[in-house]
Amino acid sequence: MTTSSMTKRAAKFAVIALAAASVTACASRPKPEAVGPTPPPPPPATSQPGTTPPPVSQGALPGTQQDFVINVGDRVYFDFDAYSVRGDAAQILEAQAAWLNRYPSVMIRIEGNADERGTREYNLALGARRANAVRDFLVGRGVSSSRINTVSYGKERPIDPGTSEDAYQRNRNAHTAITSGAN
Amino acid sequence: MRLRTLFVALTAALLSAATLASPARAQIEVDVNRGDIQPLPVAVPAFTGERGAEIAQVITSNLERSGLFRPIDPAAFIERDLDIRYQPRFADWKTINAQGLVNGEVTVDATGRLTVNFRLWDVFSEQQLLGMQFTSTSENWRRVAHKISDAVYERLTGEKGYFDTRVVFVAESGGRVDRIKRLAIMDQDGANPSYLTDGSYIVMTPRFSSTSQEITYMALRPDGSSIYLFNLETGRRESLGNFSGMVFAPRFSHDGGKVAFSVERGGNTDVHVMDLRSRSTSRLTSDPSIDTSPSFSPDGGRITFNSDRGGSPQIYVMNADGSGAMRISRGSGRYMTPVWSPTGEYIAFTKQAGGQFHIGIMRPDGSGERLLTTSYLDEGPTWAPNGRVLMFSRETSGGPSRLWTVDVTGRVVRPAPYPQSGSDPAWSPLLN
Repeated sequence: MTTSSMTKRAAKFAVIALAAASVTACASRPKPEAVGPTPPPPPPATSQPGTTPPPVSQGALPGTQQDFVINVGDRVYFDFDAYSVRGDAAQILEAQAAWLNRYPSVMIRIEGNADERGTREYNLALGARRANAVRDFLVGRGVSSSRINTVSYGKERPIDPGTSEDAYQRNRNAHTAITSGAN
Repeated sequence: MRLRTLFVALTAALLSAATLASPARAQIEVDVNRGDIQPLPVAVPAFTGERGAEIAQVITSNLERSGLFRPIDPAAFIERDLDIRYQPRFADWKTINAQGLVNGEVTVDATGRLTVNFRLWDVFSEQQLLGMQFTSTSENWRRVAHKISDAVYERLTGEKGYFDTRVVFVAESGGRVDRIKRLAIMDQDGANPSYLTDGSYIVMTPRFSSTSQEITYMALRPDGSSIYLFNLETGRRESLGNFSGMVFAPRFSHDGGKVAFSVERGGNTDVHVMDLRSRSTSRLTSDPSIDTSPSFSPDGGRITFNSDRGGSPQIYVMNADGSGAMRISRGSGRYMTPVWSPTGEYIAFTKQAGGQFHIGIMRPDGSGERLLTTSYLDEGPTWAPNGRVLMFSRETSGGPSRLWTVDVTGRVVRPAPYPQSGSDPAWSPLLN
């Protein structure tokens, strides 16, 4: 009984004291945060200099297929009936070579593609030229040829179903597919 | 016994018809070389007996599709009780301006044996042009109808027919970015379609051997390509070997002893040939350009192929050992997929020029180029065995691929009788 009334009084006092402290605190210091679980650490900053960071908050783990696709680029494009590596493609292929040299256990397949404005068989041969042009570029940047397979899909595997010049351009490409060795 | 009696009766009737007829030659004939002809009006009334109406319908459709004949609507027929044993009432057929008349009779004996007797008449000279009998199993009635169509076509045009044939092709389904392609086969009139592969991988460019029993085709999988022989009788499939690069564009020589094809190494595509007996392969071209789409001349002595060694894809002809390659395409534009005609007279091709695609023909020396079709995407001609009709793939912009046919004059361009999406047709020789 005694213990109970003592506790009650003590609690009442504590509430008053706390209210007073709170008033003083408002005037002098920032209000303390409610006590909760520790927030997770912020994501590590991406190590891409000078480019717009990707618009997603999660970054791909370095060395993964996702990292390669998002941060390097897995497809380069060609002119009509051509297989020489254009300037825009060379930039991406430089990055592909650097990435592949960083992750030497990764094996790749380069898939050459053509737009539909040609015959099936000629386009198979043209796709093979594109795949080999990319292969030669990567080998020239130190990627071992034993890590690279090439294949041509001709005009059989378009990525754009359209029939505009933009669609044709997208379908004239070489795709670097990781077949094994990525995390 | 009954068969024999019928045959005797037919022979007797044939003789009497010949006696009755004037000694003058038949007056109706169709010139397949002229592009401006009026199709010949013909009447094909339902044959008497079991399946008689269906057989007449198959013949009617074949003749009509050729573009050389105009079948008359049976509703216009005056004589309705034709009997194969008697002369038709020519006046009745003249009235509706039928110039050719095909009538016939079907009998099926107790064992299921089907016998079809038919006659072809020249209505205006009142002369019998053909009197023939075909026998087969009753389930084979469509082939009998095709053989009758071929006989009529040959008698009236002077050219071999092409109706008793099949077409192997690629049946397509799915969207443009995830197309499913299955090897398929059908009769030339679209009947009896069936699939030969399950669609788990892409198939392309099938070709018949001269025996019609075997085809060669290319399979494309994510990690590379293969070329195969496929026996239609046994269903047996056999790979033509492992190649380090892409392998594609296989075609038989006309004697069936060799297959020419393309092999790619390090980005360079060359034409090779394999002797099917010894399985030894030799390389026929060694230019650092694209050399593909080979096609043997009927005598096997030469090969026409597609090369961009001159800077753009053009058509070349070389000796079968790879020597003496010469460019034959002369016009402006890109020339591809040359295909030697069964008669040796022409090389058909795909031409890309001015944003359009064409199917065309030229002589093997490059002269006489003639474009037969124009569309957003026409590709990959194949010859009917008589060299008078070509089948090819046509795609409208953004639309599905369909099979089409065109005659060598370019007058008769029409969809092939296959209502689904398809590509890469290859016409068989006449069946045996």
